[in-house]
Amino acid sequence: MAEYLVDIKNERLSFFTPAGEVKALNDVSIHLSEGEVLGIVGESGSGKSVTAYSLMGLTAHPGKLIGGTLEFNGHYINDMTEKDMRKIRGNEVSLIFQDPMTSLNPVYTIGNQIEEVILLHTDKNKKQAHERAKELLELVGINEPEKRLKQYPHELSGGMRQRVMIAIALACEPKLLIADEPTTALDVTIQAQILELMMELKDKLGMAIIMITHDLGIVASMCEKIAVMYAGKIVEYGTTDEIFYEPKHEYTKGLLKSIPRLDAEEHERLVPIEGTPVDMLNPPKGCPFAPRCDSCMKICLREMPPVTEFGDTHYTQCWLNQKAQFEGGKVQ
Amino acid sequence: MSEKLIQVEHLKQYFPAGGFGKNKKFVKAVDDVSFYINRGETLGLVGESGCGKTTTGRTLLRLYEPTAGKIVYDNEVIFDSEKKIKANMLPYRRKMQIVFQDPYASLDPRMTVADIVGEAIDIHHLAANKQERYERIIEMLRRVGLNSEHANRYPHEFSGGQRQRVGIARALAVDPEFIVCDEPISALDVSIQAQVVNMFEDLQKEFGLTYLFIAHDLSVVKHISNRIGVMYLGHLVELADSYELTKHSLHPYTKSLISAIPVADPKIARSSSRIVLEGDVPSPLNPPSGCKFRTRCPYADERCAAEVPEWREAEKGHFVACHHFDQIQ
Repeated sequence: MAEYLVDIKNERLSFFTPAGEVKALNDVSIHLSEGEVLGIVGESGSGKSVTAYSLMGLTAHPGKLIGGTLEFNGHYINDMTEKDMRKIRGNEVSLIFQDPMTSLNPVYTIGNQIEEVILLHTDKNKKQAHERAKELLELVGINEPEKRLKQYPHELSGGMRQRVMIAIALACEPKLLIADEPTTALDVTIQAQILELMMELKDKLGMAIIMITHDLGIVASMCEKIAVMYAGKIVEYGTTDEIFYEPKHEYTKGLLKSIPRLDAEEHERLVPIEGTPVDMLNPPKGCPFAPRCDSCMKICLREMPPVTEFGDTHYTQCWLNQKAQFEGGKVQ
Repeated sequence: MSEKLIQVEHLKQYFPAGGFGKNKKFVKAVDDVSFYINRGETLGLVGESGCGKTTTGRTLLRLYEPTAGKIVYDNEVIFDSEKKIKANMLPYRRKMQIVFQDPYASLDPRMTVADIVGEAIDIHHLAANKQERYERIIEMLRRVGLNSEHANRYPHEFSGGQRQRVGIARALAVDPEFIVCDEPISALDVSIQAQVVNMFEDLQKEFGLTYLFIAHDLSVVKHISNRIGVMYLGHLVELADSYELTKHSLHPYTKSLISAIPVADPKIARSSSRIVLEGDVPSPLNPPSGCKFRTRCPYADERCAAEVPEWREAEKGHFVACHHFDQIQ
């Protein structure tokens, strides 16, 4: 029995584009226990989605896994064939996409699309699958399920479609649910509904969730652990409290300072992170954040910092912390 | 002394949506909206998608011809449906500008940055010769943190944040007094958003600009605005000083909007309870009678279904449209 539900070790993944190799993931390690909620935050192109998709064997061409091991629920994803992968996908691990408008098939009814998953992964017959689909719609809070099953995606609103997506994802009671920016395309009041629903279902079904988002507000309220990604690396990893109250990496600190707070008493000027995100085709030699970092040192430009650990759950990759620990006499 | 730069009275914008003769249907995108903006201030406009905030901004500039209402700019009437006044907009276009939401779609991919910024200069004859024109373009690019190197490049060579800067430089090229900022940061990455927000603030200070800042993100709007208006299904439901609005909101929709925003602070997020609104925004083709919010409002009663709530000043400078605002705590 594996220790963790998800155990990714030193994953390296590159996209071999005509313009050159893009190192989308560079030495990424993540582990997740059953029933845990992990948030992955980062800007677009930082590799958050790629990490999660590779766990489902969904790396798109010209992407290629070039190192590391991926383990999920006792399966070694590296060695699995496409045929075996299919048995897991939608069954033990499923995915909710960002855009509910485009991720449902417009020419099939909602019922078709939910039943498809059930028929594929269980030995239920058509009638039982139909019943199960009805249950699922009720579970995700959709009224008149019988009527909805016969409708097409265009007849539903954005929030409803996202509920249908969740119903499909949960059809086989997966152990892990990957939610890739599930509420970015939705309005705030609908977002609140969907997040509430996800947390409720998590408590009910006990699945683990990987929540991919760029919204720090969402991870603060939902997640137990957070991985902050920048340019294909996890620059900081820790529990939610550690990340929000004791951030160690300059990028994490910058992110927290750059968002306006609704409960701010007076007008404070935002502190932006200067510069632009990394060009992944020509990444800097050392720490990828160094060109935008205020406290950048010479060594940051030359070499990638090693991992500095603070306790069991919290680590970061930053020379500043390495230096502080060295001066504190903790590291030789 | 605050002086009203823009006044909008009973502005309406109906879009035809099929049907003939008597059955002709309309989407009331903006329905009876009144507000004013003082010189040098920022008025924020928030609401969910489809509530009419973008349409309000565009109608205000007469990019869409208003269906009815009155628009006054700097004490000059530029549109009045009753007196049938329709001013020639060309001179006003110099004073009123817009920055669009999507920096990927709002710049012509076949024009260089210099031409995009220079087009406005040509139209309004702001440069006597080529040299002057070029200098003016470079000056505009500097103002938004770009430089002369960028002038001869095409939009696709820029990142999202830089493109938005080009969009802002284009708007600034005519030395406007008033800019409608239509979701200028929602297409940008979080770390870039703060840069652009700060730039808007700096430009405002330097050139005394007046903004109508439209966004769906209430925390950003609160940060940048002096006053905030909240829209729902084509109506303004509440308008107040930004601090007042976020601390002592009166309308139940504003309250739920504020509580629905996830707070980036785990301790507060865990302790606070959210007001989760039931259901979806009704279709604007077939809006509910009376108060538009009543189908999702926890306090709705018969009166809300029968009467459209009046737009009134509940406290000084705090406007609200709700029958029961004084009973809701």
